[in-house]
Amino acid sequence: MIQLSVNSLSKSFDSIQVLSSLSFHVNKGEFVSVIGPSGSGKSTIFNLIGGMLLPDEGSIMLGEAEISGKRGSISYMPQTPSLMPWRTILQNVLLGQEIMGKTEPETARKMLQKAGLGGYENAFPHELSGGMKQRTAFIRALLSPQPIILLDEPFSALDELTRHDMQKWLLDIWNEHKPTILFVTHNIEEAIYLSDRILILGSKPAKVVQEYTVPFARPRMEEIFLDEKFLECKRSIHHALKELSFKSD
Amino acid sequence: MINVFRKGWRPAAVLLLLFILWELSVNLAEVPAWLLPPPTDIIHEAVFGWDGFRPHLQSTVLLSLRGFAIGTFIGLLTAVILHLLPFIRESVYPLLILSQNVPIIVLAPLLVVWFGFGILPKLIVITLVCFFPITVAALDGFRQTPADLRHYMLMAGARRGQLFWKLELPHSLPSLFSGLKISATYSVMGAVISEWLGAKAGIGVYMTLASSSFRTDRVFVAILAIMLLSLLLFGGILLSERLLIKWKSRESGRK
Repeated sequence: MIQLSVNSLSKSFDSIQVLSSLSFHVNKGEFVSVIGPSGSGKSTIFNLIGGMLLPDEGSIMLGEAEISGKRGSISYMPQTPSLMPWRTILQNVLLGQEIMGKTEPETARKMLQKAGLGGYENAFPHELSGGMKQRTAFIRALLSPQPIILLDEPFSALDELTRHDMQKWLLDIWNEHKPTILFVTHNIEEAIYLSDRILILGSKPAKVVQEYTVPFARPRMEEIFLDEKFLECKRSIHHALKELSFKSD
Repeated sequence: MINVFRKGWRPAAVLLLLFILWELSVNLAEVPAWLLPPPTDIIHEAVFGWDGFRPHLQSTVLLSLRGFAIGTFIGLLTAVILHLLPFIRESVYPLLILSQNVPIIVLAPLLVVWFGFGILPKLIVITLVCFFPITVAALDGFRQTPADLRHYMLMAGARRGQLFWKLELPHSLPSLFSGLKISATYSVMGAVISEWLGAKAGIGVYMTLASSSFRTDRVFVAILAIMLLSLLLFGGILLSERLLIKWKSRESGRK
């Protein structure tokens, strides 16, 4: 079942075309990554899906409903944790639900417990490390009632070790709740390790130039990083991206 | 508390030194008391003239607290209206700045002409000096919300009201308290000025009477009282800030 579908979307800013007939879809319970050179209009795609911008052409469907220009239709985890410094961790993870109407503090407590944030419910964000803040932001997105989560390069600001921990943690959580996720990243390994499908985005104007189905079964272990097949995947995605940057130069 | 003593002993020592110098030079040069009384005279007057001074002090405390409360309310209300209605902000904000350039000393007698000698013109004077710092501080706080938090709130579907109550208002609190601290000290000054115009009691009245009868020691007692009162109000605001803004005080405490 298709959860989110983006149909021949076009968008220009001051005669510079950023997106040109971009189409893709995300199935229910699927983890889809979008990878592309920087400046390929990824944040424009997010702002369009999030309803912050209106497309010039094309439509965005969530299930059966058209959501172009409708804010609050998707759940969102930004690049920075964007936690409110005056709210405790518990109040922060409930914010998404609060905006949409109903809060479930008990579910939130349990989820914080499982996410390794037990005991921090009443702490303030500045007392947490970078990785913990990102976990909080992800749980906030997970608790929000919308059927799909958009993640915008959530681990790009973390150091390598923390980033790796976070990827593993995200996979665990995903296995448990199976949310539908659209994930934007720069990191090829991250995309292969986490997702079911990878969309490779060409830049100026952005469109999907290649779609790549990740050949690993779930649940995935860390060992796949060293697998021959993993390197092969990485190589072919790398080549695809390289070709793109040649073209744009 | 220990910290206060550790940091506070230096200015206290300087102050004490100044008082000793003052006392000595007044005595050595035989300056008459109506021109400049020595500190001991002032302390003597403060202690033994207390019964005569207390009703004046009481009246001023009450007046400045009332004025401060009204000024705070109006200041906040103005900030919220100007913030939520950009059209009004654009047309009124410049006038608001102009209004602050009208000297209160000039305006005060006019207010008496219009509203008489009751409490109303006095409250208007205090409100006029109080509300502006609060409005400016709150407006800045409302408008300078971090872009990432605003973007998250909008993506999450926050309506205008939610954006205000959940993001802009809490974010403006530290800035708002800076405004409150300024206004608190202004309110005492405003009260004294408004009492000069004509009142039955108050530090302003006490001061006018004292200076016209050359009781310079009493003028100094009044000055001392005004300073203490401002300091006390300031301290009260500081305390409520600590209690209300827990996330900030701890954060800066760490650095």
